[in-house]
Amino acid sequence: MWDKFEAAFITADRWKLYFGGLGVTLQISFFAGILGLLIGTVLALMKLSVRWNGKKTVFTVIANIYIDIIRGTPSVLQLMIMYFAIMANNNNKVLIAVLSFGINSGAYVAEIIRAGILAVDKGQTEAGHSLGLTRGQTMVHVVIPQAVKNVLPPIGNEFIVLLKETAIVGYVGLSDLTRIANQIASRTYEAFTPLIISAMIYFIIIKILTILLGKLERRLRQSDNR
Amino acid sequence: MIIVKNLCKKFENDIFVLKGISYHIKTGEKIVVVGPSGSGKSTFLRCLNLLERPTEGEIWFEGRQISGPGTDRKKTDIRLVRMRMGMVFQNFHLFNNLTVMDNITLAPIKTGLMNKTEASENALRLLERVGLKEKANVYPSRLSGGQKQRIAIVRSLAMNPRVMLFDEPTSALDPEMVGEVLDVMKDLAESGMTMAVVTHEMGFAREVGTKVLFMDDGNIVEENTPAEFFGNPQSARLKEFLSKVL
Ligand SMILES: Nc1ncnc2c1ncn2[C@@H]1O[C@H](COP(=O)(O)OP(=O)(O)OP(=O)(O)O)[C@@H](O)[C@H]1O
Ligand SMILES: [Mg+2]
Repeated sequence: MWDKFEAAFITADRWKLYFGGLGVTLQISFFAGILGLLIGTVLALMKLSVRWNGKKTVFTVIANIYIDIIRGTPSVLQLMIMYFAIMANNNNKVLIAVLSFGINSGAYVAEIIRAGILAVDKGQTEAGHSLGLTRGQTMVHVVIPQAVKNVLPPIGNEFIVLLKETAIVGYVGLSDLTRIANQIASRTYEAFTPLIISAMIYFIIIKILTILLGKLERRLRQSDNR
Repeated sequence: MIIVKNLCKKFENDIFVLKGISYHIKTGEKIVVVGPSGSGKSTFLRCLNLLERPTEGEIWFEGRQISGPGTDRKKTDIRLVRMRMGMVFQNFHLFNNLTVMDNITLAPIKTGLMNKTEASENALRLLERVGLKEKANVYPSRLSGGQKQRIAIVRSLAMNPRVMLFDEPTSALDPEMVGEVLDVMKDLAESGMTMAVVTHEMGFAREVGTKVLFMDDGNIVEENTPAEFFGNPQSARLKEFLSKVL
């Protein structure tokens, strides 16, 4: 038991490899998360754009197509298409992964943000308009601040999903926390221990994020009856 | 002040809600609109400030056409119209994310009507008038229904409107809070404000109204001074309605 752990974690400073892998995982997740948030916000606003006569705009249609395609295809394939086709000439693998996961996450974030904005009472918007505020002013000063509260918890969950999804970057040769476990296993001829160590590191990181998220949610709920 | 000619409104689902309403609200008048649920009272008010787009007919406000064929779209800015027409909703619709003070000053500042100092001085003056000055820095969730509605009235008044529209301002309130809101409205009426009020408060209609309108099934069925309206109703439908609510 201890021998196996020693071989998988301590011999040849292998523990450093896990943390290197964790670094790659976190780096990709963090920047893809931010990119996803930006893309998601733009897509959500595009989806919600309507003309004065209440009809959908071309923006809505574009956003719908984007979301449909992303949600209708496996993320591994999206990653490989980005790596082997779209950005075949680029050898910054981290950048490729960030783009691929950011574009993917954006589709899911868009739905979260859209729902968060729609959950704000229509009366808030009408009151803004009835006072002579523009649609933009009403959005910025009234609707979005309230929507942010609605969306923070589900966005946090989406980030956790994203962090776990990045475990497929090994397919394009990136040594993240998952692939590192495999590499160590191939050197020690024992798979169980390194895989379990990686799994535990994921688990701990996600547990910490979940606890922080819970705190944030409680804080938000308190501010509802400030 | 507001002239409505043959106003019609049909919703997308082909529900015909307003079937040709014509009316002239004159400066200083207090119009009270009563009628059964679903008769189109709210839709009528909401057409006046263009929260609903009329499907037919014309609306004129302060001598300028704001809706209907012939409207000069370049010259009529809906926002300018709404700045001068206050609206008070049944469910208050105070901005939940803003303090009472910010609720009141947001629109005057953002529309460029006042600077920050003017807006907050104006807000405090108005809050004092409705007896809620000490609530300036509180969030709406900490207010009672009656307080919310008084603040909502103040928020509209802060834009110095020429006319105030009220859509059942007391219907969502507990009975013991109705009085405090009606008092503010009476005070406002005495100050000379032009008002259009949809309400089920017949006492208010009798006491404050200069004209009472009875709406039924998308039409103004009857229109009279309060004394005649309640004392000598003409149509069978109004008689039936009054027998139910009085
Ligand atoms: N946005 C909408 N889309 C479709 N139908 C609507 C819409 N708003 C109102 N209606 C319909 O129009 C009719 C009149 O509604 P309105 O709210 O004007 O009545 P009201 O006289 O104010 O009634 P109440 O006393 O219940 O407030 C109702 O039948 C209602 O269902
Ligand atoms: Mg109504």
